[in-house]
Amino acid sequence: MAATVPDTIGQRVAACIACHGREGASSNAGYFPRLAGKPAGYLYNQLASFRDGRRYNAEMTAMVRFMTDDYLREIADYFASLDLPYPRVATASDASADVLRRGQALAMQGDSARGIPACTACHGAALTGVQPGIPGLIGLPRLYVSSQLGAWLTDDRHALVPDCMAEVGRKLTTADINAVASWLATQPMPADPKPVAALPAPLPVACSAMPTTK
Amino acid sequence: MSRSIKVLIALCVLLGAAAAGVVALNLRGEETITDAPADFTSTPQLVERGRYLALAGNCAGCHTTRGGAAYAGGRGIDTPFGTVYASNLTPDDATGLGRWSASAFWRAMHHGRSRDGRLLYPAFPYPSFTRVTRDDSDAIYAYLRSLPPAARPNSPTRLRFPYDTQAALAVWRAVSFKPGSFVADAAKPAEWNRGAYLVEGLGHCIACHGSRNVLGAVEETRGLAGGSMPVDDWLAPSLTAPREAGVQDWPVQDVIALLHTGTSLRGSVMGPMAEVVWRSTQHLSPADVAAIAAYLKALPVDASAPRAVTARRDAAVMARGGRIYDQRCAYCHGDQGEGAPGAYPALAGNRAVQMASPANLIQAVRHGGFLPATAGNPRPFGMPPFGHVLDDDDVAAVLSYIRGSWGNDADAVSLRQTARR
Repeated sequence: MAATVPDTIGQRVAACIACHGREGASSNAGYFPRLAGKPAGYLYNQLASFRDGRRYNAEMTAMVRFMTDDYLREIADYFASLDLPYPRVATASDASADVLRRGQALAMQGDSARGIPACTACHGAALTGVQPGIPGLIGLPRLYVSSQLGAWLTDDRHALVPDCMAEVGRKLTTADINAVASWLATQPMPADPKPVAALPAPLPVACSAMPTTK
Repeated sequence: MSRSIKVLIALCVLLGAAAAGVVALNLRGEETITDAPADFTSTPQLVERGRYLALAGNCAGCHTTRGGAAYAGGRGIDTPFGTVYASNLTPDDATGLGRWSASAFWRAMHHGRSRDGRLLYPAFPYPSFTRVTRDDSDAIYAYLRSLPPAARPNSPTRLRFPYDTQAALAVWRAVSFKPGSFVADAAKPAEWNRGAYLVEGLGHCIACHGSRNVLGAVEETRGLAGGSMPVDDWLAPSLTAPREAGVQDWPVQDVIALLHTGTSLRGSVMGPMAEVVWRSTQHLSPADVAAIAAYLKALPVDASAPRAVTARRDAAVMARGGRIYDQRCAYCHGDQGEGAPGAYPALAGNRAVQMASPANLIQAVRHGGFLPATAGNPRPFGMPPFGHVLDDDDVAAVLSYIRGSWGNDADAVSLRQTARR
């Protein structure tokens, strides 16, 4: 590296790339979630949650502990603005066909008997997320998705009230989590991988991630 | 028989006298509290001054949890004797300071005794706060009373026996604590005296930058010569030794910049000190930061701080450390450890890299972190954590390489040091 570095937000948050990949575009093979192209509001909420004790990850907390709202917003906007191609998703899985079918059913239809909405009801028909606050669920590592779903089950991941995903997450069993995470991880990215601008119908639950929705 | 009874009586008398002595030492200088909360007259100016002083004392550092209500307490302070939980300072009647009078608050600050008469654990740094003036104590009281009450019950301490008993605490206080006041040094400038008052009182810098005896008491006579942070395994470097964190030979504006912005031409803050800047010193007035800087610059120089001893370097460790450095560190810190001004610190010639203890380096490599985002440095650069990609052996190798390259001449880091948690 030269003796002077460019004064850009990308350079200032270069520390993030050690885990999240260059420009936050990590693949779905490991653990760390991709940041590039995620909804800005979602990224901001997660950064603030790590800082304020609603999400727990020792490394992430150490990163954002002493940051202001303004800086977190700038960081979130930066990663959200990156429009980078997704690496090819490995669609092979060691999960059984039964498990994958169950995961698909949960993701696409939910389980109304247990009050579990379909993932698509909030995360978009193509599961690529919704602006400004709901993340996409595909193109992410299976390990990451299952650990996040597990964190709701064990009350280790929170959002501001109303914490919609906590309510859904608590209804899942570990078998549900394995099934849905396995299926999501095998889904190729659609031609348009970007979060959609809005949902066709209102959210089925009140959610702090989408403050305009009631 | 009669002889053993005599011995027994003598022992009882001695014990009684010792107990009376302990009680007397615990009560010295105290006056009976007769006022009520309603007797206190507050003003907006007083509240504002109290808000500022609470920042100078970094009260929220312990009395506010991450994301929790301001000053509602709850953060656990780990000590070698167990965990003490910071109490609720909001004016809630049932759980906070709602029923506390100004004199009761002063007694806690000055004497370390709670409103109900219980002795307070010195995790609450009243050995420093005892120097805070009654006026300043009243201002902080006024501010705390202006906060919205938060009903958060205090968490009981989790200390091991016998440290959890009031008797043990009374003995500790008889031996280790004496209420005192700040006495200005007429021979020194007013600015120095203001700095001394802040550093030795509200700032309670010695709580980390001082050493502690086996009873956990700060050793006042040794001053700000550095100390280990209990449990966290960070080292608060010596402020008297220029080889560690002394600023005696720094231009004063660099000391001011460090405390106000978290970074300076001479160095930056990380770890627990990043929190101090984030929560406390960045909010201080230019005059107060200048006063602290003047005081720190005038600290007596300790040239005897232990120097890292150069040992023969293990060529295999250096080669392995060099490979890790090239892969993980050189992108920011440069091939020759030269860093990039304003962004990434130079490692070559860096005194923090060459301190006798590598404790802070190990923490930095494992956890990384950003400098605090302050008004003067609102968009800080940061360092990634490497704890999940480098094992204890890797951390020892890369730090040995850094401490032994580009003119750096400090001891290698051993697996024993990096394996310590």
